[in-house]
Amino acid sequence: MRCRESEFDKIPGGVSRRDFLKVCTATAVYMGLPASLGPKIAEAATTAKKRPPVIWLSAQECTGCVETLLRATHPTVEHLILDLISLDYSETLNTGAGHQAEEFRAKSIEENKGKFILVCDGSIPVKDGGIYCKIAGKPVLEILKETAPKAAAVISLGSCASWGGVPSADPNPTGATPVYKILEGTGIPIINIPGCPPNGYNFLSTVLYYVTFKKLPELDDKLRPKFAYGRLIHENCERRPHFDAGRFAEQFGDEGHRNGYCLYKLGCKGPETFNNCSTLRFNDMGTWPVNTGHPCFGCSEEGVGFNIPLHTPAEVKNVTPAAVQTPINVDHGGGMSAGAVALAAGVAGAAVGAGAVAIKKIDQEDKNQD
Amino acid sequence: MSEAKPVGGKVFTGPFLFFLVITLIGIYFLAKRFMFGIGAVTNMNDGFPWGIWITYDVVVGTAFACGGYSMALLVYVFNNGEYHPLVRPALLASMFGYTLAGVSVFIDIGRYWQIYNVFLPWYTNFNSILLEVALCIAAYIAVLWIEFSPAFLEAKTGTKSKVNKLLIFFIALGILLPTMHQSSLGSLMILAGHKLSPLWWSPALPLIFLISAITMGYTVVIFESTLSSFGFKRPLETSILAKLSLVIPILLVIFLVVRFGDLLMRGQLGLAFSGNLQGNMFLLENILHILPLVILASAKNRKSAKMLFLSACFLMFGGLLFRFNTYLIGFDPGAGWHYFPAIGEQFITYAIISAEILLYMVFVKKLPVLPGQEQARA
Amino acid sequence: MKIKRRDFLKGAAGCGVLAAVGQPTFAEAKKKERLPGALGFLYDSTLCIGCQACMVGCKKANNMPVESSDLLPIWENPRDLSAKTLNVIKKFESGTGLNKDQETDGFAYVKRQCMHCVDPGCVSACPVSAMRKNPDTGVVTYNKDACIGCRYCQIACPFNIPKFQWDSAFPQIVKCQLCSHLLPKGEIAACCSFCPTGASLFGPTNELMAEAKRRQQMEPGKYYDFPVSSIDSGKIFSQKAASYVPQIYGENAVGGTQVLMLAGVPFSKLGLPELPEKSYASTAESIQHTLYKGMIAPIVVLAGLFYFVNRSQRDKD
Repeated sequence: MRCRESEFDKIPGGVSRRDFLKVCTATAVYMGLPASLGPKIAEAATTAKKRPPVIWLSAQECTGCVETLLRATHPTVEHLILDLISLDYSETLNTGAGHQAEEFRAKSIEENKGKFILVCDGSIPVKDGGIYCKIAGKPVLEILKETAPKAAAVISLGSCASWGGVPSADPNPTGATPVYKILEGTGIPIINIPGCPPNGYNFLSTVLYYVTFKKLPELDDKLRPKFAYGRLIHENCERRPHFDAGRFAEQFGDEGHRNGYCLYKLGCKGPETFNNCSTLRFNDMGTWPVNTGHPCFGCSEEGVGFNIPLHTPAEVKNVTPAAVQTPINVDHGGGMSAGAVALAAGVAGAAVGAGAVAIKKIDQEDKNQD
Repeated sequence: MSEAKPVGGKVFTGPFLFFLVITLIGIYFLAKRFMFGIGAVTNMNDGFPWGIWITYDVVVGTAFACGGYSMALLVYVFNNGEYHPLVRPALLASMFGYTLAGVSVFIDIGRYWQIYNVFLPWYTNFNSILLEVALCIAAYIAVLWIEFSPAFLEAKTGTKSKVNKLLIFFIALGILLPTMHQSSLGSLMILAGHKLSPLWWSPALPLIFLISAITMGYTVVIFESTLSSFGFKRPLETSILAKLSLVIPILLVIFLVVRFGDLLMRGQLGLAFSGNLQGNMFLLENILHILPLVILASAKNRKSAKMLFLSACFLMFGGLLFRFNTYLIGFDPGAGWHYFPAIGEQFITYAIISAEILLYMVFVKKLPVLPGQEQARA
Repeated sequence: MKIKRRDFLKGAAGCGVLAAVGQPTFAEAKKKERLPGALGFLYDSTLCIGCQACMVGCKKANNMPVESSDLLPIWENPRDLSAKTLNVIKKFESGTGLNKDQETDGFAYVKRQCMHCVDPGCVSACPVSAMRKNPDTGVVTYNKDACIGCRYCQIACPFNIPKFQWDSAFPQIVKCQLCSHLLPKGEIAACCSFCPTGASLFGPTNELMAEAKRRQQMEPGKYYDFPVSSIDSGKIFSQKAASYVPQIYGENAVGGTQVLMLAGVPFSKLGLPELPEKSYASTAESIQHTLYKGMIAPIVVLAGLFYFVNRSQRDKD
């Protein structure tokens, strides 16, 4: 493949072909794909006749999920929206606003019917006709119901869109509902990328995968891509040896805490949360809550985040227990050695032999005496 | 009735040297045990905390040392003076057997330097059967040496000692004490509970052990009398042994009735035929008790030195196996535990047996123990 | 055998009289009841997550040495109780071993340590009172200054708990003592204070028994509040109730124990023996006291023997 270098030169700041290939290769690797697919992704991304269009709907959200993308460096959000996708509508990143933005959205939807990706962040309020979140005077519930059927796929970005998130916490006054529930029965392909916020690369990798292979990555029963949400945080946590050895921090600042011991007793929800925070970490800095000393609170897991109190111990969802724990019956070894058995047998044999000889001689002697 | 006289003769004979070598090997392992701990020499473990040192050296060893007890019963309670010549050699064997059992206890227990704690009233626990066994055996060892002291005095002064009231008291004690502790050696294993096979576990263990011990006493007298005659080239004492041996089949009948009666009452006899090690050892143990019963039931056999000795061998082995079964083979602490005595462990036991034989040989040759003979056997 | 018939009859009759007179009525040992202040803990296998914090805490609180079962001692991983390990977590597994607290294709944890019996075999067995049951708390402790190392306590324990220092020239018996050195300071047993889920719950056994009964009434699958560390700590952990086996282990086994257990799989699968309600100690002590209470029988027998021996000597002279 040959990248037309002149196109890249037009971008302020520029990016070399090599760096771009690196980005695509890295993306492939995050998704658990062979690194050799990197060039394929790069080609798909750049030689597409048209950059795949994306409409971004924001519902009851805090904009954290958009912010998380801003922290990405490979690709940076500029390269994402200028080179990889055509972000036709995003309330945060639009240059235009107001009626112009709405018109452009409608136009893009019509032009790209069946081909655009709908990204939605934030939960959808349904109470009272959905008045609690309106865009341009229209409840976002209606906007979603109108827009989604025309999309090729829907990506619910963040916990709010994936299962309700913060707004759905008890008592859920707005009737915050996840996107997939709103679209239930419509047959539209939906991907959930929960997190509060999710790691930006989970989203980026999913988008690039779709753009390259024209299909969704493998999803679990909660519609989450398995490459990111297939394992418990507990399974890949760097403090897991402390958990296994029974070393826990009991209070913030105590000696166990200072020694970096497991935070299970402080309420870490790693054992019941599926995500890749413990491996991928955040901000390309390798930081995540646990290694700063704060327990995970299960922000991406429905029923855990914003539901179970922060410092309540988690339900440990081990599929199988450790293989090295001691079984009920242990063989304590010892017992017979060949030498010991031989010695005992020898002595017993000698005793029996001597006895037999003695009996014969005694009988003789007895007869002599008579 | 001939007077007791030293047998005389060379002390350092071939057999003496043979047993001496074994004793010395045992002493080497003993040094290892005291320097490096019990585990350095034995295969005892937390599943099998009692091994052959307790089972053979103490439990079987004291049973084999019941000659003095059984003879005292016969001579002093049933007033059978004609067996008097058999008393002193039986007493000697008892004295050594019990003393060495005491030495074995000292070797076996882990904190031997505190062994005197069993005498301290602020520690003693009178609910403990083992305390009673320990105190009884300790007292009995003293009694045995006191009972034997006339032999020492005779050797020194050359005159026969008179039996006075004090000695009578000790003889009475010497019958009471073994009755107490030989039965308690059976009671000890009641606490093993479900870990002891129902073939042996029973609330009647004290009675069964007592009958067995008394029987063993007469058996050992026959065994050792025959070996002594044989070993020291003296005439066999078959005629007196023939009369004595009638007691054995009687006692064996009582033993088997109590044993099997108890098993039937507890409904556990079926286990004997399960074909596993415990079932087979149970069968062997009882065959070794039934064979001598059958042999000695016949008066003709009782007059044959060969039959007497053969029966004694069967019964010695039977009594040994009964105790091994109760303490070791019938004992199952659960899966994963194994025990077989290690080489060093065995050698210490063999050394103790050898030491007893050595001492017996020396004492019999130097002190008036065995009845005097006009002439040695040609 | 030439016993004069008269003498034989006299001897036999004498023995009979001695036996009859010397034997008092059968002295059944009174069944020991739980002390009112009995302390212990409730181990709930269904709450246990196998984290082994209790093992770590116990080692720390009791200054126990490290025990490794590998050739290279990298990990501390005792395979069983020993002279270096006072409590141990073991895992039962069957089939695929995927389902917690299920008997088939499942796994479950069990914690093994001294059960602090109501009528301990070790206390009855020990000739020198080295094993002692505290008269207030009922905790069974060990005194090395009394101990002679006879190891009878190891024979007498139905749970095979006391361990011995086989490799020491000056060995001791080693077993859990319920952190009795911490109790006077107002602290609780280390295994309970370290347990994150409340699987090991400290407290007075009568309260723990009530708690165990409460759990057995729970509806499996529903969330309930479970106390953590000790029954009066105030710490609560809301967890799903599992399906319990309808038995509280230790309620009656060998006279009862102060450590109680609950589980979701049969206790025999967890290596806990099926035991009768009557303690072996009471059986043994009944026999012993019948024969020797007040030493009356022995003294009577001795007197009788003295008479017979004396008479036999008189007959001789």
